[in-house]
Amino acid sequence: METTTWPVLTVLTFLPLIGVVFLLLIRGDEDVVSRNARNVTLWVSGFTFLLSLVLLINFDPTYDGYQFVDRGQWLADDGIGFMMGVDGISMPFIILSAFLTPLAILASWQSVKHRVREYMIAFLALETLMIGTFAALDLVVFYLFFEAVLIPMFIIIGIWGGARRVYSAFKFFLYTLAGSVLMLVAILVMYNIAGTTNIPDLAAYAFDPDIQFWLFLGFFASFAVKMPMWPVHTWLPDAHVEAPTAGSMILAGVLLKMGGYGFLRFSLPMFPDASVTFAPMIFVLSIIAIIYTSLVALAQQDMKKLIAYSSVAHMGFVTVGIFSLNAQGIAGAMFQMISHGLISAALFFAVGVVYDRLHTRDIDAYGGVADAMPRYAVFFMIMMLGSVGLPGTTGFVGEFLVMVGAWQANIMVAIFTATGVILGATYMLWLYRRVVFGRAEKDEVIALEPLNRREIFIFAPITVLVLWYGIFPAGIFEIMDVSITSILEQINVADINVSGDSQIATAALGE
Amino acid sequence: MISAIVFLPLLGAIGAGIAALLKNDALGYTFSLTGVLLSALLGWIAFITMAIPGIDETIFLASWINVGTFQVDWALRFDTLTAVMVIVVTTVSAMVHVYSVGYMSHDKSKPRFMAYLGLFTFAMLMLVTADNLVQLFFGWEGVGVASYLLIGFWYQRPSAHEAAMKAFVVNRVGDFGFALGIFALFHLTGSVQLDVIFQSVPNLVNSQITILGYAMPALEVAGILLFIGAMGKSAQLGLHTWLPDAMEGPTPVSALIHAATMVTAGVFMVCRLSPMLEYAPFTRDVITVVGALTAIFAATIGLTQFDIKRVIAYSTCSQLGYMFFAAGVSAYPAAMFHLTTHAFFKALLFLGAGSVIHAMSDEQDMRNMGGIWRKVPFTYAMMWIGSLALAGIPFFAGYYSKDMILEAAYAAHTPIGNFAWYLGIAAAFLTAFYSWRLIMMTFHGKPRASAEVMSHVHESPLVMTVPLFVLAIGAVLSGWMFYDLFVGYHWYEFWGRSIYIDPANHIMEDAHHVPKWVKLLPLFVSLGGIGLAIIIYGMMPSAATGIATIFRPVHQLFYRKWYFDELYNAIFVRPAVDIGRVLWIRGDKATIDGFGPDGISSSVRRFAGFCSRMQSGYVFHYAFAMLIGVIALLAWYIRSL
Repeated sequence: METTTWPVLTVLTFLPLIGVVFLLLIRGDEDVVSRNARNVTLWVSGFTFLLSLVLLINFDPTYDGYQFVDRGQWLADDGIGFMMGVDGISMPFIILSAFLTPLAILASWQSVKHRVREYMIAFLALETLMIGTFAALDLVVFYLFFEAVLIPMFIIIGIWGGARRVYSAFKFFLYTLAGSVLMLVAILVMYNIAGTTNIPDLAAYAFDPDIQFWLFLGFFASFAVKMPMWPVHTWLPDAHVEAPTAGSMILAGVLLKMGGYGFLRFSLPMFPDASVTFAPMIFVLSIIAIIYTSLVALAQQDMKKLIAYSSVAHMGFVTVGIFSLNAQGIAGAMFQMISHGLISAALFFAVGVVYDRLHTRDIDAYGGVADAMPRYAVFFMIMMLGSVGLPGTTGFVGEFLVMVGAWQANIMVAIFTATGVILGATYMLWLYRRVVFGRAEKDEVIALEPLNRREIFIFAPITVLVLWYGIFPAGIFEIMDVSITSILEQINVADINVSGDSQIATAALGE
Repeated sequence: MISAIVFLPLLGAIGAGIAALLKNDALGYTFSLTGVLLSALLGWIAFITMAIPGIDETIFLASWINVGTFQVDWALRFDTLTAVMVIVVTTVSAMVHVYSVGYMSHDKSKPRFMAYLGLFTFAMLMLVTADNLVQLFFGWEGVGVASYLLIGFWYQRPSAHEAAMKAFVVNRVGDFGFALGIFALFHLTGSVQLDVIFQSVPNLVNSQITILGYAMPALEVAGILLFIGAMGKSAQLGLHTWLPDAMEGPTPVSALIHAATMVTAGVFMVCRLSPMLEYAPFTRDVITVVGALTAIFAATIGLTQFDIKRVIAYSTCSQLGYMFFAAGVSAYPAAMFHLTTHAFFKALLFLGAGSVIHAMSDEQDMRNMGGIWRKVPFTYAMMWIGSLALAGIPFFAGYYSKDMILEAAYAAHTPIGNFAWYLGIAAAFLTAFYSWRLIMMTFHGKPRASAEVMSHVHESPLVMTVPLFVLAIGAVLSGWMFYDLFVGYHWYEFWGRSIYIDPANHIMEDAHHVPKWVKLLPLFVSLGGIGLAIIIYGMMPSAATGIATIFRPVHQLFYRKWYFDELYNAIFVRPAVDIGRVLWIRGDKATIDGFGPDGISSSVRRFAGFCSRMQSGYVFHYAFAMLIGVIALLAWYIRSL
């Protein structure tokens, strides 16, 4: 493991918290505080993004292992220590978090009017916790970050959310917490057995397959809720609908990826045998998720709810890809997560843009938006096409690779997954058609203000990335290539174990 | 040069897109016309300097998706098959671009239209130059999106955006098959690159794919899946429903996308995959049957429609059926030949129809036309040329290509080939009939339009008539010009490696040696169709309604398009939304939330309520509870004694 001379990763993680301190120091009447709070937060998150780019530039994609490792003494010498580092799996997510946060801040520039300082504090804290989650290399540290993410998001939904915000915030919090409790139990068991919570050490430790079975289920409970997988997805639509726009952007853009990240970081390398055992169950759940939530999305009248359900379907692709347990599937799942992070954030922002103007998310309240907001129609169109996986956008690369991987794992899984491509086109096109196309008849729709500079500034970078990496995705694959290969090596060992067992079983049957 | 052909239209489109934002019409025209005209010019140069001498070239552009063994590049493959498609696409596209300048002159978002056209042309060129299946898929979906945008160009009309969405979704059903076919071939051959696939195909004849416990021949499975994609894009029976509705788009779009180029992508794909399909005989039989059925089925609908564009749309559908059954009997050169000639005369017919619609103040219903041929003589002549070519009258383009297809089907000497031949002959009769029904209803008889509309009827401006004239040259000459090259005795020298026919199969040779009556029959049935149409619609207009009343059930079946739309709505569209609603309300809300979070929280609340009721604060309640406890303890103690 490489160690850097200065703790760049720790600095990156806690930089937003320094911003929080600044925010607390602001004095003055409410307008001044709000204005300064916005500016400080934007600068801090922007600087954090720049620092994350420094990390990216210095990242060595050929190195097999963790880079920029920072260690610290923490809970004495019991094998639990503060440790951070990145590899090809976590690197893209850190960049994604650092990229989306400033855009989310900009997205709430005008729509959040009361308690601005507290709102900004919540977002900066959220950024620290997100980066920390992806950078943590100790299971206990990871758990702390992973769980603590709930707190600012709970507050963001509960205070700045819509009418049913309290119900949704609690639902979100309790749902995810319930899953995590089982993970905590699994973590305690692992510490008892292996005597350490160091992630690289645990990945190298060979757990007994019987114990793996239960440990896998413990982690699965948490990640499945975060993902979210069917049938534990019902918190997501409610949370999205009530969350403020920026909250939805981060929730869909980053928080949903923690489940997939968890599967790749923990479940596959640490419980390879159990991963192979559980793959069929996860395929079934994912396929149900893709078809079920796509159909539900078709029936929605609320724009945000529709996109929320589409997120569940897209995450179904991710789980299919991860548990295909081959290079295309896993790389596709990773890519799909990044792509969905960009596209869904932009889509939720697209809803936010018109919500800020008309204060309704009801699809029927719109229609003919293209007349008044032509540029909005263009951005929305590109994101809609990205979401349905049009070649040339990032959405295609992820989905397609996932299905290539799935076909090799199980043909029926690939066939069922591919139906999601048809259904996805149906609900997204129908949404677009009802909102953007048609003749604007309602006075308030005719009078809609076109996109302002701030809004274009949010859409534009996401659009550029969605197209650029759709055409030249190599830049992202290079980062994660080596890490995926090493995960696969661990899985292949397990694969041999399992198939070895089944060979013995068939031999026994033969006799 | 190849790169320039492909990317010039894209540059034109981007330029026009910027012009659209700046609201500068002239700039938009400059960009898009320059791009596509140059591209067409280079396309012909490439055809003459490379395809005819037989030079193949593949240009590597960049790496695209590169994960493990899954390697996809951006690369342009230029062989004879591509060259033929390139001249068809760029020529028709250039003519349509020019024509659009006149046709769209009253529209307020001209540069946006030109940008979409350019985007389409680029995607189509990416499709035909694809070196691997995934890039083919890129072009495939790219033309799909361009078509979606163009059908929905007048987005304010509900019917337009409904048709646009329908086109996209139905095509997605086809793409579903296409994508699965790619996965299957990758799984079998370890590559998506065309050459690698074609090399490994002969070794895979006996491999099998197990689906749901059934072992099936692997190549047939892949072939059928890929053909489902072709059916979607080329509007073959079952997945054809989007094409007639796509006529909601401006007419130049119908000419370019829904007649000459995009819809022929399926035929191109089948020919491109000939080295594989030659090892998948069952798939070819399926292609033949589907093609033949589409040819006749679409023609029957074409007989009864009143919208001038829809008649031509069904005609396109039917002609694509011809191309497919030609490919199905391994006569790929004949399919490509008909594709080429059809592109010219069908684009001519559509643009001619556009000229009529333009003249009639946007009227499309033939029941409101009639008696205008003296006022629009040039358009009238062009429609005649197009129809003569379509009907396969000697010396016009369609005569060479359609007859070649029918001869090949006959020469196949298989039951399925015969089946296709019979249906093809029947469809040829119907084709001639509906073409002259169109001409008679549109141009002859008494004017049925209002006096005001009639007073405005005028011949189109030069910018629209010149493209018509160019396409008419193609509709007249492309048949005999390309006959020897494409399907003559030396077809192999021209097509080279780009088309593969099993050497044991002499279909191309045999097709030239069919009996004389087989060669003449299509001509006679066509003449019969023309004659009958002229008699019924030209001389006794009341007879048509009479016949329709007599055969009312059949007429209704044809007129309502065999009830496909109604059927699909009942089976797929409405249930999907209903099921979605049920899953949402009964599944998510009632079941998952009911037993999950909401259920648990209300149970907890009930339990907590129960507990708090216990703490009533009355001493006698506590005393009573204590008494029960003491009794229970005593009972337990006594029992254990």
